[in-house]
Amino acid sequence: MSFDFTEVAVRDVSRHYGRRRALARVSLTCRSGEVLGLLGPNGAGKSTLLSILATLLAPSTGQVCYGSHTAGQAGPALRARLGFLSHDLHLYPELTARENLEFFARLYGVEAVSERVTTALGRAGLTARGGDVVSGFSRGMRQRLALERALLHEPRLLLLDEPFTGLDDASVAALVARLHELRATDRIIVVVTHDLDVAERLLDKVAVLKDGRLVAFDDAHGRIREHYRAHVAVGDRCS
Amino acid sequence: MKKGYPLFVLLAVVLFSVAPIMVARAPYEATMGLVQKIFYYHVPSAMVMFLSAFICGIASAVYLFKARPEADRIAAAAAELTVVFGLIVLVTGPLWARKAWGVWWQWDARLTSTLLMWMIFVAYLLVRRFGGPGAEKLGAAMAVFGMANVPFVYVSVNIWRTIHPTTRVVPTLSPGMRGPFWFCVIAFMLLFGLLLAVRARLEQRRADVEHLYLIAGEE
Amino acid sequence: MFLKVAWLVMRKDLTVEVRSREIVYTTVFFAVACVLVFAFALVKEGRPLEDAAAGIMWISVAFAGTLALGRTFERERHSETLRALMLAPVSRPAIYVGKLLGIVLLLLIVEAVLVPLVGLLFHAPIWNRPLLLIALLVSGTVGFSAVGTLFAAMLVRARSRDVMLPILLYPITIPVIIAGVRGTAALFEPVPAVDLAQMWLALLAFFDVVFVTLSLWTFEPLMTE
Repeated sequence: MSFDFTEVAVRDVSRHYGRRRALARVSLTCRSGEVLGLLGPNGAGKSTLLSILATLLAPSTGQVCYGSHTAGQAGPALRARLGFLSHDLHLYPELTARENLEFFARLYGVEAVSERVTTALGRAGLTARGGDVVSGFSRGMRQRLALERALLHEPRLLLLDEPFTGLDDASVAALVARLHELRATDRIIVVVTHDLDVAERLLDKVAVLKDGRLVAFDDAHGRIREHYRAHVAVGDRCS
Repeated sequence: MKKGYPLFVLLAVVLFSVAPIMVARAPYEATMGLVQKIFYYHVPSAMVMFLSAFICGIASAVYLFKARPEADRIAAAAAELTVVFGLIVLVTGPLWARKAWGVWWQWDARLTSTLLMWMIFVAYLLVRRFGGPGAEKLGAAMAVFGMANVPFVYVSVNIWRTIHPTTRVVPTLSPGMRGPFWFCVIAFMLLFGLLLAVRARLEQRRADVEHLYLIAGEE
Repeated sequence: MFLKVAWLVMRKDLTVEVRSREIVYTTVFFAVACVLVFAFALVKEGRPLEDAAAGIMWISVAFAGTLALGRTFERERHSETLRALMLAPVSRPAIYVGKLLGIVLLLLIVEAVLVPLVGLLFHAPIWNRPLLLIALLVSGTVGFSAVGTLFAAMLVRARSRDVMLPILLYPITIPVIIAGVRGTAALFEPVPAVDLAQMWLALLAFFDVVFVTLSLWTFEPLMTE
């Protein structure tokens, strides 16, 4: 499992469900040390693109290259380098925070499981709640736990679907700081978000999707709002 | 292939118009009398049903492992035809059974296993129709598992119960019956091939239309 | 590695179940309710019809098994954890085996309650050949669950999965039911027909081998969207 890569390239990717088109010929790239933001109204295809990047969905046409390999060529070795924070959180509500982390750490073949898990619990601010079942947690706590779960195996490519939902201001600031830290360690980070304020603080590149099409793809340079307003009508913003 | 259709249709029509005459002229069977004539449609239908089920299973396996959409279209067409011809078998069977055994339905081995196989393909159609997105794969799995299941159904039902005429019927037919019988087999096979091709082509056309809609949407 | 992953998944399922006990309690109760419902249909003037005990036992197992399968995978759907399992860099058939073992264990617990109950209510001589009876139950349960686990897993994303599961599962598992019922009925005879039961057991074992292999083989292509 020594597969690694420093660039993700989406090449001409489309995905349709019968007659419904979720993504139409999207192409973009992202390198390590960069945070790419996927913006757009609901139903624009952001989550579909993220699922394709996570290898959960296969593109109908086109391909995604992780370094010099496609998902099909790399197989499980690629999955070992992916971290995915889904909107559904991927946590077992009946298990405790610690058990959740331990289970996934073992599945990912992480070494020194209990130390890693203790560190992760600390990072999530849940050291005291490690023995409590997840079903009793607030959305924010689950969100933080799910993020640490996705980071357990130190993935190269980190995919985050709406990571700021349900977080209070302090947690958002902490998460932004954490992502800056991760960016500094040469990761590729892709974030789906609605929150333009956070986006301005975080993103290096921005891709705006609308109706499955990529309508803008550019370096961010503080012009995120411009890009967004230019392509997405104001009415679309409320989600 | 496309040009051949009218010819094949014509041929099938001719065969099916001649078949009743041949069946009517065939000699009466001693014990069963008129009811025995069901046999000319019952057995060819059963042959077609099993052939069709087999095609569906193979095509589904190809679709599952090679992800070829054409294979899925053939599988879908074959599954529908399995159900249709299976229905003919399951209706004509009891008609014959009423006369031969005095009851409409006997839990006889071959009858029961045919019913079970037929149910697998009805389930296939149901899951394709109501399974939502990705249902083709569910159907394909059902067909592959259904095919693997045939020997088990056959063996278990056979041990469980057997009263079907076990002597091999076909080779012992009197010469007068043999002609009409094989004539009917050919007619049914031709009809099946024709329906399969037409149905698979319809699916193909449907996929083409979907594709055109997609392209139009991208403009 | 394969076995370790299967073990991890099974242990996770059992931990969840031990904590909530939801599936065990509801499934056992459901199975008992089934037995009673069938009793009213198949007991005449205080005496059960011939072979009723074996039939009732297996039908209850099949029904309760469907329920347990549905619930187990409903749990994996709740926070899309099945996708999380699919994302893990492990062999996917190992995940299937883990889920399968969990289901089989759960159903064996249900049977541990069900079989004595049937023996008691229908005067079935369950102690005739206990080892052979256990072998029939285990192999039948494995066969039923092997097909059931695969179908329930692939139905997680489908619409109307609750009704689709039995529709797909029962036609395929009919041989298991026939072999289970006939084999058990042979054991419940006043003089147990051992060789008959052994023949049915062989059929079940063969079914298990074929369908577990087939499931392992098709799990990966079926679970890719």
